[in-house]
Amino acid sequence: MEQVKQIVHEHYDPEASKIGMWLFIFTELLLFGILFVIYSVYRYMNHDAFHLAAEELDTYVGAVNTVILLISSMTIAMSTTSLQKKKTKETLILCGVTLVLGIVFLVNKYVEWGGKFDHGIFPGSEYLVANFSQGEILFFGLYFIMTGLHALHIIIGLILIVTVMWRVYAGKVHAGRPVLLENSGLYWHLVDIIWIFLFPLFYLII
Amino acid sequence: MSSSGIQHEASYLEYKGKYTGLLGWIFSTDHKRIGLLYLYSMTVMFLVGVVLGLMMRFELLAPGKTVMDAQAYNATFTVHGVIMIFMVVIPGLPAVFGNFFLPLMIGARDVAFPRLNLLSWWFYVAGVMLVLSALLFGPGTPDTGWTFYAPYSFRTGTNLLPAIFGAFVLGFSSILTGLNFLVTIHRLRCPGMKWTKLPLFVWTLYGTAWIQLLATPVVGITLVLIALERLFAVGIFDPALGGDPILYQHLFWIYSHPAVYVMILPALGVISEIIPTFSQKHIFGYKAIIASTMAIAFVGYLVWGHHMFTAGMSGTAQYYFSLLTFLVAVPSAIKVFNWISTMYKGSINVQTPFLWAVSFIFVFMIGGLSGLVLGALAANIYVHDTAFVVAHFHYIVFGGTGFAFFGAIHYWYPKIFGRMYDKSWANIGWVVFFIGFLTLYTPMFYLGLMGMPRRYYDYLSEFHGGNILATVGSWLLATGLIIIIANLIRSARKGEIVERNPWNSKTLEWVVPSPPPVENFDEIPVLGEQDGPYNY
Repeated sequence: MEQVKQIVHEHYDPEASKIGMWLFIFTELLLFGILFVIYSVYRYMNHDAFHLAAEELDTYVGAVNTVILLISSMTIAMSTTSLQKKKTKETLILCGVTLVLGIVFLVNKYVEWGGKFDHGIFPGSEYLVANFSQGEILFFGLYFIMTGLHALHIIIGLILIVTVMWRVYAGKVHAGRPVLLENSGLYWHLVDIIWIFLFPLFYLII
Repeated sequence: MSSSGIQHEASYLEYKGKYTGLLGWIFSTDHKRIGLLYLYSMTVMFLVGVVLGLMMRFELLAPGKTVMDAQAYNATFTVHGVIMIFMVVIPGLPAVFGNFFLPLMIGARDVAFPRLNLLSWWFYVAGVMLVLSALLFGPGTPDTGWTFYAPYSFRTGTNLLPAIFGAFVLGFSSILTGLNFLVTIHRLRCPGMKWTKLPLFVWTLYGTAWIQLLATPVVGITLVLIALERLFAVGIFDPALGGDPILYQHLFWIYSHPAVYVMILPALGVISEIIPTFSQKHIFGYKAIIASTMAIAFVGYLVWGHHMFTAGMSGTAQYYFSLLTFLVAVPSAIKVFNWISTMYKGSINVQTPFLWAVSFIFVFMIGGLSGLVLGALAANIYVHDTAFVVAHFHYIVFGGTGFAFFGAIHYWYPKIFGRMYDKSWANIGWVVFFIGFLTLYTPMFYLGLMGMPRRYYDYLSEFHGGNILATVGSWLLATGLIIIIANLIRSARKGEIVERNPWNSKTLEWVVPSPPPVENFDEIPVLGEQDGPYNY
């Protein structure tokens, strides 16, 4: 009886993974929630300045990006369904579409940020301090922080999707074990819904 | 309760997996090994913090400059605070004893996400390294205090960025641990382990995990904002650009007050385990203790404003925060009543863990009652930012969490290492430590009431007597600490080998052999109707 038990039990509990993901999403919501609180406080204190500053942003680009993210949320949801139906190729294509849409969103964002930088509107710029009121500086500070943090989450989401696609391709994620795809989908929806709040706060409310 | 402890299975200490030696530890996903990894890394950081504390006390031995100037003193209390808060007491009990005993106590083989668990330890180490790099490299040791208050935190020329980033990473580690525990408690309780049969330590870990999860992101993003302020001057907390430094204080304390409950709740849980075991009696008011645990976790989330009574806040807000602060005292008092009632007519066995538990109740009560002095608006204005606050805080966090930590290590030591420490040396260590603790912190109450401010390297000659006493106390405390730690280290190899249940406790971790086998339970235990964690 010298046989020492060395194999650690394989433990697979999709329910646990889902609870874990939802809890993680709570923490993400709080992370952004605090930024929304700061936004509300400063909007209340600098109402007119926020109104002025918001007119500098291009509603058209913002709206296009909103549509892009909404469609990408749809495609990732569809990929989950096609995985359940055991259509691996379709799953990969839908994930790929999501990936492309996410990249297009980032490109748009890059062009938009770049335009602001060209006009001297970026944190710490002398032009900003010289030509804008304190409220407007706060608005742009929050704009760059919140959309920047959101863009970072998009990038993390894209990395997740690439990982999932690889695992689907390798057969590690399949109809019997869909949790990784489902959780990545949840994360992508979270990123999407945060944008749904960011868009009106910065572009629409004036 | 069924369990078949088969002796031939390797214990977690001897187990040889894919890696051996040190790698077998730092790449192990076994919750018991991770618990010990935390224990060792945390002990090292704790000792660093203690040395810094001793240096501060030595500086305060006499008025004027004794060994360090103002800048060095500022850096010392900052680093002491950052290390002790973020690396020792916040992760402390959950990361060490939670990791080790949570799965054992609920009859599981491991936590829900073992690899995530190892990842959180790695995050912990990374955070520690980052903070230490702020001390060793760059233009100077951070001098803002552990609170990183704006606007000084982005005006100071010292090397603050790595420290802030380190605190952020440590927060991430804390979130992952909390998340892991929540899922574990929800999914991995053994059959028959109803919520009303959970050991109280597990209940407090549950409450703590929720706070870790819901409060830590707040400080995470706030620290990121401070870093962005330093790097890019975004203006969020900079009054020169329209930002509001008071808002920083709010956001910081929205996390950092609940963090105090992250520190103290598991400590209350440990005491709730020790007292019934050494009284050999069912815990008094099991459900009341659970309710008070959850009440503390909930109300503790809403009292942050009492750190800012002098910072500029509306009168209405002050009333609410003061009232809520008083409310938190109620569930804490309920627990004390329950512990005392548990002892009443019990068969008390005075062992080292019990001594720690009883002295915990003593210092926790003094700490808690002095907290009411600080929670009362009028009294707070008088003692705000004095040595009184330092005394109160250390009575709660060192006297509370620290004593519970020592109680826990003496209580679970035979389970962790399968050996018993030298009991008489352990008791001597406790006596010296306890006397040292009282001598160190009690004079600070009086000094604070006399008006001695905190965070100064110098003081008026009126305060000399009290400061001498406190410094002598710090030497006593250090002596006690050396005795305790030396005894524990020695006994891990040379201590007497013990049975699986030396204290005759009823919780599940005592059912398995000491030290526990790799997989904890050969067969997952099943609790019957009569079984329970405190059914003596």
